[in-house]
Amino acid sequence: MSVAFWLIAALTVAGALAAVLLKNLVHCALAVTAAFLGLALMFLELDAQFAGFAQILVYIGAVAILVVFAILLTRGSETPEKEIGVFSRTWLAGLIVAAAVFAVLGWAVLQSAAGLPHEAAVPAVSVQQIGQALMGQYVLPLEIVALLLTAATIGAVIVAMHEKGDAQ
Amino acid sequence: MTPLGGYLLVAALLFAIGLAGALTRRNAILVLIGIELMLNAANLNLIAFWRFSPHPEALTGMMFAIFSIAVAAAEAAVGLGLVISIYRHARTTDLDKMNRMKG
Repeated sequence: MSVAFWLIAALTVAGALAAVLLKNLVHCALAVTAAFLGLALMFLELDAQFAGFAQILVYIGAVAILVVFAILLTRGSETPEKEIGVFSRTWLAGLIVAAAVFAVLGWAVLQSAAGLPHEAAVPAVSVQQIGQALMGQYVLPLEIVALLLTAATIGAVIVAMHEKGDAQ
Repeated sequence: MTPLGGYLLVAALLFAIGLAGALTRRNAILVLIGIELMLNAANLNLIAFWRFSPHPEALTGMMFAIFSIAVAAAEAAVGLGLVISIYRHARTTDLDKMNRMKG
């Protein structure tokens, strides 16, 4: 395990923790952007350059901006009242469920650690190969994703559109 | 620990953090952020297994992750549109206050 991996892992986990723990929603959006950046760096570290740059473009370029817009449109940046806090009434049950899930996943990984493969040869994958795979073997999923994205864009616009007679 | 084990542990931790965020926060936008973190953790697993698989040139895990990123983007757009729509209707994004189905 290299030093770079631990640094990137620390950045990612710290960003994710800050995103779910901070009070101000704008700070949460910035923290989750740091977590997305850390994940993109991990993809690059795993020699998946195309997925890493797609992660940067889609998550940092689009999803983070969408989240910021949603926060602004819902006035979520106002700090909530002190007495109720940012966590729901059933936060303890949620925390227990999440801790249990992590315990099971971590136990499964550590149990199977001996059987996991060690160093593999660096895969030589060019963008040309990815493009040919997308246009050949994976052309049907690609078209379905294109349809899904179109439907999602139209659906998001219709759902968020002003209703007739709405005061605002 | 093998490199693959390290990546899998980080992904498990990210998934648990995202799940905790989705289950414990009051704000609907933060719940969506938690779901995005969980999807990203799954993507990290896919890419890690692809990298250490015996046949990475088959590109299977990488393609799965790329399509997963596209579907997650669609999910985020629709989810945030729904949050904005609910905010316009109920004047709040607090999930604890959204306790009735009647409009």
